[in-house]
Amino acid sequence: MILLASAVAALVLGGLGAAVFGRTQRQAAAWGAGAAVLGSLLGLLALPGPLLRATTLTHASPWSVPFGSILLVLDPLSAVFLLATFVLAPVAAWYGASYLRTYERRRPGLPWLFYDLLIASIVVVLVARNGVLFLVAWEAMTLASFFLVTFEDERAEVRRAGWTYLVAAHLGTAFLMLFFAWLAALTGSFDFAAAPGAAALAGSQGWLFALALVGFGTKAGLVPLHVWLPEAHPAAPSHVSVVMSGVMIATGVYGILRAILLLGPLPGAWGLALIVIGAVTGIVGALYALAQGDLKRLLAYSSVENMGIVLLGIGAGVLGAAHGSAAIAALGFGAALLHVLNHALFKGLLFLGAGSVRHAAGTLALDRLGGLAHRMPGTAAMFLLGSAAIIALPPLNGFAGEFPAYLAGLRAAAELPPGGRWGGLLLVVALATTGGLAIVAFVKAAGMAFLGRPRSDGARAAREVEPGLVRPLYVLAAGCVLLGLAPWLGAWAVSAAAASLAGQPATPLLDAARTLGVVAPVLVAVIVAGVLARAWLMRRRRQAVADTWACGYDAPLPRAQYTASSLVAPLTALVPAALRAGVQHVRAPAGYFPAGGRVRAEAGDAFEQRVYRASFLRLRQAAERLRLVQHGRVQWYLLYIFAALLVLLLVEFGRAR
Amino acid sequence: MNAATLLPPLLGLAAAPLFSGLIAKLKARAVGRQGPPLLQGYRDLARLLRKGAVYSRDTTWVFRAGPLLSAVAGAFALFLIPAAGLTAPVAFAGDFLLLAYLLALGRVFTVLAALDTGSSFEGMGASRELLVSTLAEPALFLVLLVLVTQAGELSLSAALAPGAGAHALDAAAPLALAAAALVLLLLAENARVPVDDPTTHLELTMIHEVMVLDHGGPDLALIEYGGALKLWAFAALLVGVALSPAEWHPAVEAGAFLAGMAAVAALVALIESSMARLRLTRVPQFVVVASVLAGFSLLLSFV
Repeated sequence: MILLASAVAALVLGGLGAAVFGRTQRQAAAWGAGAAVLGSLLGLLALPGPLLRATTLTHASPWSVPFGSILLVLDPLSAVFLLATFVLAPVAAWYGASYLRTYERRRPGLPWLFYDLLIASIVVVLVARNGVLFLVAWEAMTLASFFLVTFEDERAEVRRAGWTYLVAAHLGTAFLMLFFAWLAALTGSFDFAAAPGAAALAGSQGWLFALALVGFGTKAGLVPLHVWLPEAHPAAPSHVSVVMSGVMIATGVYGILRAILLLGPLPGAWGLALIVIGAVTGIVGALYALAQGDLKRLLAYSSVENMGIVLLGIGAGVLGAAHGSAAIAALGFGAALLHVLNHALFKGLLFLGAGSVRHAAGTLALDRLGGLAHRMPGTAAMFLLGSAAIIALPPLNGFAGEFPAYLAGLRAAAELPPGGRWGGLLLVVALATTGGLAIVAFVKAAGMAFLGRPRSDGARAAREVEPGLVRPLYVLAAGCVLLGLAPWLGAWAVSAAAASLAGQPATPLLDAARTLGVVAPVLVAVIVAGVLARAWLMRRRRQAVADTWACGYDAPLPRAQYTASSLVAPLTALVPAALRAGVQHVRAPAGYFPAGGRVRAEAGDAFEQRVYRASFLRLRQAAERLRLVQHGRVQWYLLYIFAALLVLLLVEFGRAR
Repeated sequence: MNAATLLPPLLGLAAAPLFSGLIAKLKARAVGRQGPPLLQGYRDLARLLRKGAVYSRDTTWVFRAGPLLSAVAGAFALFLIPAAGLTAPVAFAGDFLLLAYLLALGRVFTVLAALDTGSSFEGMGASRELLVSTLAEPALFLVLLVLVTQAGELSLSAALAPGAGAHALDAAAPLALAAAALVLLLLAENARVPVDDPTTHLELTMIHEVMVLDHGGPDLALIEYGGALKLWAFAALLVGVALSPAEWHPAVEAGAFLAGMAAVAALVALIESSMARLRLTRVPQFVVVASVLAGFSLLLSFV
């Protein structure tokens, strides 16, 4: 625990140091990124015990805040999420040290202060076991990330994204406050140690879990609570998007799992409900991802989709536990935790790659990119590897994570009584559908940005970014390969946590990972053999270079290429109208001598446009009725005060008599 | 691992081009033509393998990786499919997931290789391939789900073991529906009529062929060979499903497998020679029918 405490201290002090002493970009990065690296190393040292030997570390001391206490517990579940944090944070900071230098800022230390505070508050969220302390850390996490999201606040859309994020986050937090207060009312203490279990909660268990699901689900970006995510993640600088997508939204998943531990075994119906929510989140997220024209928005929607996959795993876990099948429970919870770790790695890799694309080509619009594989080969190779990992192609880590999720669903479909069977069935079909759609999204992302010919001057002028922006990608890519070739490593890391959730040792998870651990290296060996055989075959062969064959036409322009939108047009045409929310900005040619027109199309979010915008509009209309009493005339306000005092006086008189 | 289990996959590696040749021959005969020699596929491969290659200046390593990975994935897939009454050499709980994702691996890199050329024709093919495969993915999983839930086993080798489908008479209906869905998937995933036409010569109407316009020489050989392997894999899976209710002497199983493969070739040839290809806008419906069939099959096996 002392290691974790010093990690948090290092992060906070380093962040303050960056803000106070960071006069130049270089100084600020040295303080800020240095603290992130140091703190993460310290933190990593604390994890082997809880991860591998399932030990639990506790620290308790009083706190002067009402109902609060400094109760910190490091158990296997916290340790899994801390592992993702401490791996991602230093790599992202390393990238950020070079990346932020491309921005001219008056106060270069501030982004680092908020970055380090964000990491520190995530760490505290993950170990806090007192409701008040948890909420304070949760709020600190929200605020720190808000200031990072609004880093480029001179752009109107960034300010809008910031506001959306702030409102959404606080609506979520409101549900969490209710959750913790209700729990405290039942147990008499805000400390989680006094968690009552299912029996004592009786009727309120379902309501409590629903509150937790909405509160934490907002952070995790579950559909339809996801609308803030595709706004906020692309707005932040790329190394911050990495932390937000890889770790911060995972704290929502952590919260849901923690709630499951606190509230005791949930009935099977909740397992089904979680699978349904996961299926909707996965499929809607993937559909929106493939429709996006902006690389970072595509990645943000893909985060929504991946949280859906995680939720499918959790649902299978709850279902298995409710039906007394420890094997299904271990596979489901284990798959969810594995996918959190894997997602941190490949989504981190992809967001960093997107940052480099924007830095090099000046845009993230897929219709204006292309041909970057020639111009920035290192970044391109890593982005392709990350794409292959996220669409679960063997032998990479994405497949190793989805494999146990499928197994959980299949075993549920084959072994459980009817209610559970349908859950398993839905899980498998939803996972396969999500996977198919994700393939389209990432073929589009990787293919349109990096392959083909450049579609704009910016893309044509792009050059490979500096080594400080490429090497961090190698680290994350190595992680993706390692956890793919040795899936038992990941399974091993999450097995203690999965066991604590399933109530049984996670043997089925480890078995599945061990099987894959044999098959994956064989597959790699076969691929390597194929590459060598091809090289042998092609030695001393005549290999000419020519233009792409354009079916007889010999002057094809890059603009004649298929675009990102046309690539997915046949699929988006099949999307139900209720989900379609494309926006077109048209400036038609006008006059007798038209000077040209413009059409700009973007894929909107139906939930944002039809649900949220409408209800907030109604809220505003309702609020405007209040103008009747609030109109800015001081005399009237004085009258209100006088009237209020009079009423109070009368009430008091009445009571005295 | 029994060494004999290696025989069916090795046979597949050797005979896959022959299988494609058999379809072409039968198809030609069905319309009264002579057709190419049965071994034409091998001759084409040998000729292509001797050639050099021309690469577009716009392509990268992805363009070269596409054919290789699709062939490797197809070859590896054969080792996951049980055939001729034997278990597959690689069999474990959830092995068919690896099968499905291996096919995806080959497909993704074929599509990426097409996008790598920057050609609008190949982009068009890539787009259509993505459409078909995205819709086919859930259908394939539904079929596999039927097989697995029918047998209560999570490995293809166990689910398709001789006699595995025989435990109840009412397994026949779901299995028949699953087999029908698999036939549709075989046609859709292997770019056959009525989804795509392997012999068409108009780029605007192609799906698979237009994606590989720029490949030549050994790369094209790998693509042709990978395509043949994938077709063999689907056919072997279909034969496995069809024969799973029976339990015979090993020699009879082997004979039945070969006869089954020939029957699949005849079926494909018959479909191809008696149907025109569908309009592109109708293709999604065709693939969705496969999902619906598999879905009904699943419902039947559940209730």
